[in-house]
Amino acid sequence: MVDTLTAPPTSGLAIKAEVDRLSFYYGAHQVLKSVTLSVPEKKVTALIGPSGCGKTTLLRCFNRMHDLYPGNRYDGAIRLSPENTNILDPVIDPIEVRMRISMVFQKANPFPKTIFENVAYGLKVRGNVKKSEVKERVERALRGAALFDEVKDRLHSLGGNLSGGQQQRLCIARALVTDPEIILFDEPTSALDPIATGKVEELVAELKQRVTILIVTHNMQQAARVSDFTGFMYLGELAEFNRTERVFTNPSNKLTEDYITGRFG
Amino acid sequence: MSERHFDGDLKDLDRRLLAMGALCETMIQKAVKALIDRNPELTQEVFRHEEEANRFHIEIDDIAIKLIALHQPMAGDLRFLAAAMKINNDLERIADMAVNASQTAFYHLFKEPPVPQIAMVQNMAEVAQRMLRHSLEAYATRDVDLAQRVLAEDAEEDRLKAQALKDLISLIRSDPPRSEAFVELILLSKNMERIGDHATNIAEDVVFMVLGKDIRHQEDAAVS
Amino acid sequence: MDAAALRRGIVRRKKKDALFALVGLAATLVGLITLLALLIDLAIDGVGRINPGFLSNFPSRFPDKAGILSAWVGTAIVMFVTALSAVPLGVAAGVYLEEYAPKNRLTSLIEINIANLAGVPSIVYGLMALGIFVYKFNLGQSVITAGLTLALLILPIVIMATRESIRAIPSSIREAAFAVGATKWQMVRHHILPYSAGGILTGVIIGLSRAIGESAPLITVGALTFIAFLPPSPVTGSFPFINFEWLKSPYTVLPIQLFNWVSRPQKAFHLNAAAAGLVLMTMTLAMNGLAIAIRYRFRKRIKW
Repeated sequence: MVDTLTAPPTSGLAIKAEVDRLSFYYGAHQVLKSVTLSVPEKKVTALIGPSGCGKTTLLRCFNRMHDLYPGNRYDGAIRLSPENTNILDPVIDPIEVRMRISMVFQKANPFPKTIFENVAYGLKVRGNVKKSEVKERVERALRGAALFDEVKDRLHSLGGNLSGGQQQRLCIARALVTDPEIILFDEPTSALDPIATGKVEELVAELKQRVTILIVTHNMQQAARVSDFTGFMYLGELAEFNRTERVFTNPSNKLTEDYITGRFG
Repeated sequence: MSERHFDGDLKDLDRRLLAMGALCETMIQKAVKALIDRNPELTQEVFRHEEEANRFHIEIDDIAIKLIALHQPMAGDLRFLAAAMKINNDLERIADMAVNASQTAFYHLFKEPPVPQIAMVQNMAEVAQRMLRHSLEAYATRDVDLAQRVLAEDAEEDRLKAQALKDLISLIRSDPPRSEAFVELILLSKNMERIGDHATNIAEDVVFMVLGKDIRHQEDAAVS
Repeated sequence: MDAAALRRGIVRRKKKDALFALVGLAATLVGLITLLALLIDLAIDGVGRINPGFLSNFPSRFPDKAGILSAWVGTAIVMFVTALSAVPLGVAAGVYLEEYAPKNRLTSLIEINIANLAGVPSIVYGLMALGIFVYKFNLGQSVITAGLTLALLILPIVIMATRESIRAIPSSIREAAFAVGATKWQMVRHHILPYSAGGILTGVIIGLSRAIGESAPLITVGALTFIAFLPPSPVTGSFPFINFEWLKSPYTVLPIQLFNWVSRPQKAFHLNAAAAGLVLMTMTLAMNGLAIAIRYRFRKRIKW
């Protein structure tokens, strides 16, 4: 195995987001401790770690989800390329951030509306999108989520009537329709059966050609299958970050090794 | 950290590998002694040991594959299982070399009058046995430094082999009636060299297992 | 413990089970039978008096000529004004409290007091309305005063129904809406209001069902008991074709008419009262039926 210990793991790659000494406080409690990492562009980066390590908290910083609840405070920056804006800056409107960075949640949460309305909602809130363009973009998003062929004859039936796996793909289509730069996946398959899980993982592998992907998962084999880079978090810190094959064959940190071999977590 | 059920399986595999290693050491020891003492009984014992060595070979591979399939091992566990399978192969080849040496002794060399140059083979055998012992110890104790020393010892073995070859070839030229014996000796020295090579492989696998570094095919084998 | 003892224990516990089921059934039946008895009694007395004349006549000194026209029209338009006032106010307050108000002591104080208001006796509302609407704002003893008074009465119900319906919406839906870039108002308009509409409507109708039977607060704010004319029609023949004169007109409502007839000595008027009661009951049951239908229809669409 070639020694890549000396070169930084993401050297030579375009970086989509730089997390710069990010700390996060929920009230007085510090949940993230000075996390620094580079999220490479158009690659899949996975965040793994035991419960309570802060991986979901870190994920939700990217689309300012914490702004929705009182008592939260960011300290540090997340800079998005190409203009290098710090999306955590209070001056920046979180809505602007969410239009560039989408999210897919742990349990599929389609709106109790039709399939078409669900996917089109991202465009509806923007306003000023022509009806014909909406139709075209909805279809493109559904194709991107590998769902169009299954639902093309019932776009105007309720989204809630789809199976669990289809609902999650519907949510992925909803996240895609706005042509985001980054898609955040928060344990997207933890509520799905193995076949639906496989379909979503295939989708992620395809989507990364067009979009940068950040995925939180508690399933290590999934992180190993699906991601190019893996970050291991422990007690609010980023304990290790490297190419996935490196993390899973020869991690530098003993904590990482103990976690991925199942000795704790 | 809790002990996993899997750890018991890994330890079991570890024990079997060590047992096979011990068996190989025994086989070489007996083969060499048979050569020096011209003892045909000992060669028969070596032939009997081969069956056990082959059994180990199959079992160990079987168990390793099963553990990989069932447990999806990562990191250190994964490297251990990969290394175990490779070491298994090297040990099997070593056992083979011991058997070859005994066959050469039993079917050919004992039929000839004794030759003093058997000492060359004895020297090489000593180095080879030392290398094997060190590599197995390095494996047992996960000692990277000891494994490194085995690589250095290989240079000595190569030197001995080159010298032996040179000397035996000139002996063949100068003493043609006894050339058959000399040819047998060449073959035996080749066996010993091969044992040394396989011991080196085992040492390289130990480094991979412990550090995750692949140090094969490097002229300068020093680890930073 | 041997099998036989176990079995005996099971039989004993099952008997207790059956006993409780029986007691529950009896309690239910008591309530049901009492209600049914009341209804049947009312019907027997009143159904004979229900005819087109009864529904289109004004009240009179003669029981057989007396009708409930002014009463049921009055009830209808007062309910209309009540609904129109209570719904926007109550829904807006409910939405504000659930979605916009910060979770602090002031908000908790407001929440507690709204719940308290729901228990305030209706006549107290009447007294307050007398001071504020009739005198201070000079709205007089009119339909609009009645509507506003009853609106205040049912406001806590509407607010609480709104809040309960909104609370039923899982936070994952809110997060999903925000995650695609919706503003708070967009989220409320596109998701909160549509999904809670069923529950809100149900609450409104339950409130109106209560208001329709109120007489004490309306008497306090000047509802008449004997009125032989209708409020002016809202539609006119000349520009601007609608007027609001009817809001300022005097009025009466069914419960008041009912009470008036029942207090008279003549038995014939009592029959009239029974008939009026039947009409009131029908209107109430119809509204409740509507509430159930709406709830059912909305539940089919929305599954949490």
